[in-house]
Amino acid sequence: MQPSDMSAVDLVTAVRQGDLTALRATEVFLERIERLDGQINAFLAVDREGALRTAAAIDAKRKAGKPLGPLAGLPVAVKDALCTSDLPTTCASKMLAGFRPPYDAEVVARLRAADAVIVGKTNMDEFAMGGSNENSAFGPVHNPWDLTRAPGGSSGGSAACVAADMAPVAIGSDTGGSIRQPAGLCGITGLKPTYGRVSRRGLVAFASSLDQIGPMARSAADCALLLETIAGHDPGDATSLDLPVPAYGTDLERPLEGVRIGRVPAHFGAGLDPEVAHAVEEAFAAFRAAGATIIDIDMPHADAGVATYYLVAPCEASSNLARYDGAHYGHRAEPGGHRAEPGGAPASGGGFESALVEMYCRSRAEGFGPEVKRRIMLGTYALSAGYYDAYYAKALKVRRLIRQDYLDAFEKVDLIGGPVSATAAFKLGEKSGDPLAMYLVDLYTVCTNLAGVGGISFPCGFTKGGLPIGFQLQAPALAEPLLLRATDRYQHLTDWHRRRPAIAARPR
Amino acid sequence: MTATPTAAAPFTTVIGLEVHVQLQTRTKLFCGCSTTFGAPPNTHVCPTCLGLPGSLPVMNRTAFELAVRAALALGCKIAPFTKWDRKNYFYPDLPKGYQISQFDLPFSSEGALEVVDPKGALSRNVRITRVHLEEDAGKSMHDEAAGTGDTRIDLNRAGTPLCEIVTEPDLRSPQEARAWLNELKLLLVYLGVSDCNMQEGSLRVDANVNLHIPCDGGRIAKTPIVEIKNMNSFRSVERALVYEVARQYEEWQATKAEMGKTPKQTRGWDDPAGVTRAQRHKEESSDYRYFPEPDLVPVTVSDEWLAATRDAMGDPPSVLREKLAATWKIPPYDADVLVNQGHELVAYFQDLAERVGEGKVASNWMQQDVLRTLNERGGSIDAFPVRPATVADIIGRVAKGDFDTSRAREIFAEVLASGRTVDDVVASMGIAAVDDDELISLCRELLAENPRVVADVKGGKEQAAAGLIGQAKKKNPNVNPGKVRAMCLDLIRRM
Ligand SMILES: [Zn+2]
Repeated sequence: MQPSDMSAVDLVTAVRQGDLTALRATEVFLERIERLDGQINAFLAVDREGALRTAAAIDAKRKAGKPLGPLAGLPVAVKDALCTSDLPTTCASKMLAGFRPPYDAEVVARLRAADAVIVGKTNMDEFAMGGSNENSAFGPVHNPWDLTRAPGGSSGGSAACVAADMAPVAIGSDTGGSIRQPAGLCGITGLKPTYGRVSRRGLVAFASSLDQIGPMARSAADCALLLETIAGHDPGDATSLDLPVPAYGTDLERPLEGVRIGRVPAHFGAGLDPEVAHAVEEAFAAFRAAGATIIDIDMPHADAGVATYYLVAPCEASSNLARYDGAHYGHRAEPGGHRAEPGGAPASGGGFESALVEMYCRSRAEGFGPEVKRRIMLGTYALSAGYYDAYYAKALKVRRLIRQDYLDAFEKVDLIGGPVSATAAFKLGEKSGDPLAMYLVDLYTVCTNLAGVGGISFPCGFTKGGLPIGFQLQAPALAEPLLLRATDRYQHLTDWHRRRPAIAARPR
Repeated sequence: MTATPTAAAPFTTVIGLEVHVQLQTRTKLFCGCSTTFGAPPNTHVCPTCLGLPGSLPVMNRTAFELAVRAALALGCKIAPFTKWDRKNYFYPDLPKGYQISQFDLPFSSEGALEVVDPKGALSRNVRITRVHLEEDAGKSMHDEAAGTGDTRIDLNRAGTPLCEIVTEPDLRSPQEARAWLNELKLLLVYLGVSDCNMQEGSLRVDANVNLHIPCDGGRIAKTPIVEIKNMNSFRSVERALVYEVARQYEEWQATKAEMGKTPKQTRGWDDPAGVTRAQRHKEESSDYRYFPEPDLVPVTVSDEWLAATRDAMGDPPSVLREKLAATWKIPPYDADVLVNQGHELVAYFQDLAERVGEGKVASNWMQQDVLRTLNERGGSIDAFPVRPATVADIIGRVAKGDFDTSRAREIFAEVLASGRTVDDVVASMGIAAVDDDELISLCRELLAENPRVVADVKGGKEQAAAGLIGQAKKKNPNVNPGKVRAMCLDLIRRM
């Protein structure tokens, strides 16, 4: 079996047992990246030399009889929102083009310590703002199932590279659905852990109270493998949870008898594509067949989710992105011809102030793309004196109500199921002129982040046109073992997650 | 101090202060970088205090503890739950584009610090509105000299823990403001909260001042509040306020402008020129868009922790003054002088007083000899070479009658200068106890040489004997003046 056809779990087992070298595994995926990524654009940087060097070192370690890390020899693609000391970290923004952080994100450090092989950094929506990956300053990612379509976003590069077998697993980040939605549109499995489960240190912040890093892979079992390495307390992240990390891979096979899955009838209203609705209902039926009970529940404040999200996230983003001002690092506008001050030359102090403000304005005008600017303006406005109470403070109140919805729901059910997105992958350019339509792609995913709970997305069928359809499960805080187990049980009954796009087929 | 308008000052001066104090922690408020002053620019920095992408803050518990200690000593209420907020504004010395501070839920509020003059001339209870914690910004240096107008940024200071103490407008004169600041500084230094070094920027003061002027019909006119900045010593604070009070009164007489009709003005103190100047008006009014800092968790304070912090705190200066005065039976003025010198000096005094067994004697020696020479020499009391045991030894010999106090002072000075032991110094100065035979013959000699004194004493003017003492000292510097006097009087009586 080709390493690119193996599950991540099998791949690390093969490396540990000596049936496969880390070098060979890495070479196979690097070769696929070389062959396919010209059409997909999933990677912003590929670290061929570094990956081969790391892989060779792991093989040497094994030969020397030294213990290997739990991810030994596993190629991993990392979203370009995570800091890497040996590769540029750009967040797909012109603002950070070529920026090389002096440190590794905690998750990257954990991957390295586990002997994973980081093959490159994946494309994304600029600063993780977007649901189509079209907001990348370095060109959109093409969905491997149909190159004219969007892969979803913002972790579109991570989703697409796994879908096209350019990496067995990838790291994404999810602020309002940025792991789950592209996983759904690309036919892979993606998990957004409970807020605080995975350290955010070194993840370039979009909205600090919502951001969470998570695994993206071809199956729940592979997500479990990756999560076990990246989860856990980090004293360097004050919001990280100081709780033990369960062995996520050990409880996957326990049957679903007794597990109650909530179904929200309101999810099936207008706007949900009938093909998607059908596939999602089929998935509920499969869960029922697997022993779970399906119970209809109500999430009364869910319809306020998108509005709430588009206040909380831009408010935090407006502040988080203030640091990109051209003064210390990142893009700085060239000092242009000094414009004459209206009404004569200012005093010397005024000269410095006005030159400074001009440098700020021009650096930010040139460095940020339109969606990032839109959200900075939204957030700045909503936090301003006179508007704070009407917007930000109110959004926090609604956020509490949404959180309460989840607490109430989880009194009655163990999981909440439903669609990830209203439609399968849309055409590139189809929504990019209509920001509001684009914001609605997050309809089913934002509430998970607002509530701080976990969610997983995995394929549950295909459209007649051959595009994957995703199913989402959400769980109470820290119930990742149940999310992974339910998904794994489903993936034992179905083979949607095994299907590969034509582009990923081996060349003759 | 005028609390009400008088003929001399036909108005009431109203002053409130905002004091920023750098906490004495080893490391910064949200990262592990050193807070040591004076390092080469941008050497005490890390991703967090540089505001690099992806970096996160983690609260320094020690900073929080020190701040709570200060608030407790200021009699503040400590909030059981406090959170952090972001104060957003753009400036090159603020690399994140926001300052982590506390907005609507500061960790403490509603305290007071009284300033008392031991001579009783001045006493004022100044209410504290709030005390909160925040991180400092870096330093911008405009390099005008280079001709390029470049601005250089040093971020060593960025992220240093600051405690902001805001008072109610309870101070009534510039002198009072200065005295209160002295007391505040003493308190913070005593508790180990801050070194309060204004030169190094560990303590910064802004003052808000206006005048309440009685008008016809009993109405009180209030002049517009002015915030004064850039004062780099307590003396500057006093001078700036004196200047500003006079300026405001003059302006009021000229314009009759009252508070509320003009926006609050900020004026900078120009110390060499001795004037305040209006600072450039910012184009937009500041809107800092405060919101809760999502990268940090709120801090909860338990009663047990608070009690432990209070117990470990030690006495504030006001309590210590009372304790010293009561324990050693010294006047409040003495206690004030000792306590105002800091706790190392108080410890020195207590050691000395215990050895001597008499507080007032020990205190006199502290004030007249130890403190005076310490001030001349400079340096700390802990490095002062004459230790309490030695001073107590000298005082003990005076009590025994080995020599008198003025001789003892010379011995103290010589021990300090030479570093030799008291015995050595006494021997080398030829100081030895004068025996009675020696004393009698010396006195006889004196009386023979001074018939007029003898006659005066016989005539009832005993005080004439005082003239003999100087002469006795010349003949033998070791004689005890009291003994000489008594012996001479005795001899004359028997003549
Ligand atoms: Zn630092």
